[in-house]
Amino acid sequence: MFKRIQYFAGLMLLFAVVNATAAGKQSIKIAYISQERAVPAALSNLDAFIQNKGQLGAELAISDNNTTGQFTQQQYELTKIAVPVGGDLIQAFNALGDDTGLVVLNVHPAQVNQLADLAAAQNKLLFDAATSDDELRGVQCRRHVLHILPSRAMRADALAQYMLKKRWREWFLVVGQTAEDQLYAAAIKRAAKRYGMKLVAEKAWDNTYDVRRTAQSDVPQFTQGEDYDVLVAADEQGLFGEYLDYRTWLPRPVIGTQGLIATAWHRTHEQWGAVQLQNRFKEQAGRWMEEEDYAAYLAVRAIGEASVRTKSNQVQAIKDYMLSDAFALQGYKGKPMSFRPWDGQLRQPVLLAAPRSLVSVAPLEGFLHPKSELDTLGYDQPETACK
Amino acid sequence: MQKITISGFCAAALFTAAAHAETVFVSLEKDNAIAVVDPVDAKLLKTLPVGQRPRGIALSPDGKTLFVATSDDDTIRMFDAETLKETGKLPSGEDPETFALSPDGKLMYVSNEDDSEVTVIDIAAQKAVAKIKVGVEPEGIAVSPDNRWAISASETTNMLHWIDTKTRQIVENTLVDPRPRAASFTADSQQLWATSEMAGTVMVLDSASKQIVQTIKLEVQGVTGDLIQPVGVAIDKDRRYAYVAMGPANRVAVINAQTYQVEKYLLVGQRVWNLAFSPDQSRLYTTNGISNDISIIDLAEHKVTKSLAVGRYPWGVAVKP
Repeated sequence: MFKRIQYFAGLMLLFAVVNATAAGKQSIKIAYISQERAVPAALSNLDAFIQNKGQLGAELAISDNNTTGQFTQQQYELTKIAVPVGGDLIQAFNALGDDTGLVVLNVHPAQVNQLADLAAAQNKLLFDAATSDDELRGVQCRRHVLHILPSRAMRADALAQYMLKKRWREWFLVVGQTAEDQLYAAAIKRAAKRYGMKLVAEKAWDNTYDVRRTAQSDVPQFTQGEDYDVLVAADEQGLFGEYLDYRTWLPRPVIGTQGLIATAWHRTHEQWGAVQLQNRFKEQAGRWMEEEDYAAYLAVRAIGEASVRTKSNQVQAIKDYMLSDAFALQGYKGKPMSFRPWDGQLRQPVLLAAPRSLVSVAPLEGFLHPKSELDTLGYDQPETACK
Repeated sequence: MQKITISGFCAAALFTAAAHAETVFVSLEKDNAIAVVDPVDAKLLKTLPVGQRPRGIALSPDGKTLFVATSDDDTIRMFDAETLKETGKLPSGEDPETFALSPDGKLMYVSNEDDSEVTVIDIAAQKAVAKIKVGVEPEGIAVSPDNRWAISASETTNMLHWIDTKTRQIVENTLVDPRPRAASFTADSQQLWATSEMAGTVMVLDSASKQIVQTIKLEVQGVTGDLIQPVGVAIDKDRRYAYVAMGPANRVAVINAQTYQVEKYLLVGQRVWNLAFSPDQSRLYTTNGISNDISIIDLAEHKVTKSLAVGRYPWGVAVKP
């Protein structure tokens, strides 16, 4: 372009070139659909409930994409649709235009396939940026849905690798009352088997009392009579898990959904440029980046990366590139991320974090895999139930 | 030099005669100080407090002024390179990390990582004279020796931006391997070498076409790919060899800059970050962030001859003749 200007330096032509460029920008339309959540019962008042988790991550990624887009003549547009509690999610999805082929979802696991199976979704590429559900990545998988957050199986494997390294092999599993707690417990049992751990005890926490008032007497009694290396909490909602630490009959660490947790993102994470992302997010949002924010950020950045490399805004071209070996997403966790073609799961390191320190990052050194060590976490190709 | 076939013997003799009295300055990110080192005797002469979190460090072309980016003070400080007295501060913008000087020493180009900008500073006036919008998280920065180009590498946008130093406009953006970190020109300005931290590659670009002409993949037996994160790159003045600091792979790659073959991997300290030549280019100094030392590499033999403890988190290195 500049050579041309040098050769024919007429002012009119200069204007013509500039106008053509502005008008000729390729537009990439992305929708972000979330359903608002009812404020859940909280164990403590320490952390305020955040309604818009995810959305601000998508917004930051759009701004990053557009910073890049100014050099590639691409313009990224984000349509944000927040459906209220009880609102009609399907109607909101159906209202999306045909030209919006890329949709980031922050919805309940039960709603992911409800949306994916709509006629209007068949030619779109959906990004599940909120669930950790193994079934949605397994028997219930859909070919046009990609999953950004680590599955429960990946999280449990990450914890198991660290426990194996520490030789904390005997586990006492405490399971809460919700369906999600059962799924988490199932992932823990799978990981225990895979890594040769021994479940020496398993008990259900029945949640009949307000644990804030009774933990000091309940927890010692609950954990008495068993010997084990670690107590594994399966309490996704956070109804009792925080109250296990320091109260067990024997002095034992707590891992799982509380204590040492396995997560895609954490405020203690600052390696590999992560501090830059933490800072940019905090400046924009006025709060720390949560896991869902990170997932939405990655989904929109993945679209950015694929569209820049393919110079395309077409769903099929973007999807083909994302699922190819060439795709490498920079996600501030030290290793390039990519999608597992067999189930659409984003391959990524999983952080092992204590409330105020990053303890380790899985896969841990020494856990080998013939293709990618990231595939030591979760369902590998031979094990997948996604057909 | 280009025509001399260097046999180890005669080269060693040549270099010994030339090598004296240089001073190596190392920024110490965690000690808020710089280390002053005599590299010939491999001695730490002194440690001088300079400000919060010093990272980028460079000498003016006349060797009289030492510039240190004190990131957490949001400024770049100037020191008299002889007396090491502070002589001024430059308005670098927030959190300055890396910067590059124009060949005449009049201008400084600073990466502002959080603002997606490059700030151009008139050093004599101690004033910012331009801000240029670049991609997300600009990090590596370089000015061509012929003063034609300033290059900014943006880590998240994955681009090298070619800034025309006269118009201060970006005229080309080259899409490169993920997370480009550092960039460095050959002495004749005809090639730009850049590293990709994520892909573990070194890319060689032609300054005329601004396209990648070679991609060199760094691979070390027994070191997993994710530990190979190339950072600093330096090319000798005759473009015989390029040297690449490989971060947590704890090695420096020795690349034949004519054939683009990696000839050797030299084991240095842990998390090797940045590199600098001795004035006669007989030695290379590396900063090793985690092992808190610098390595001294003899370039005639391509051997690490010494490592010297300098303080916590050595980051950048500058050499005064």
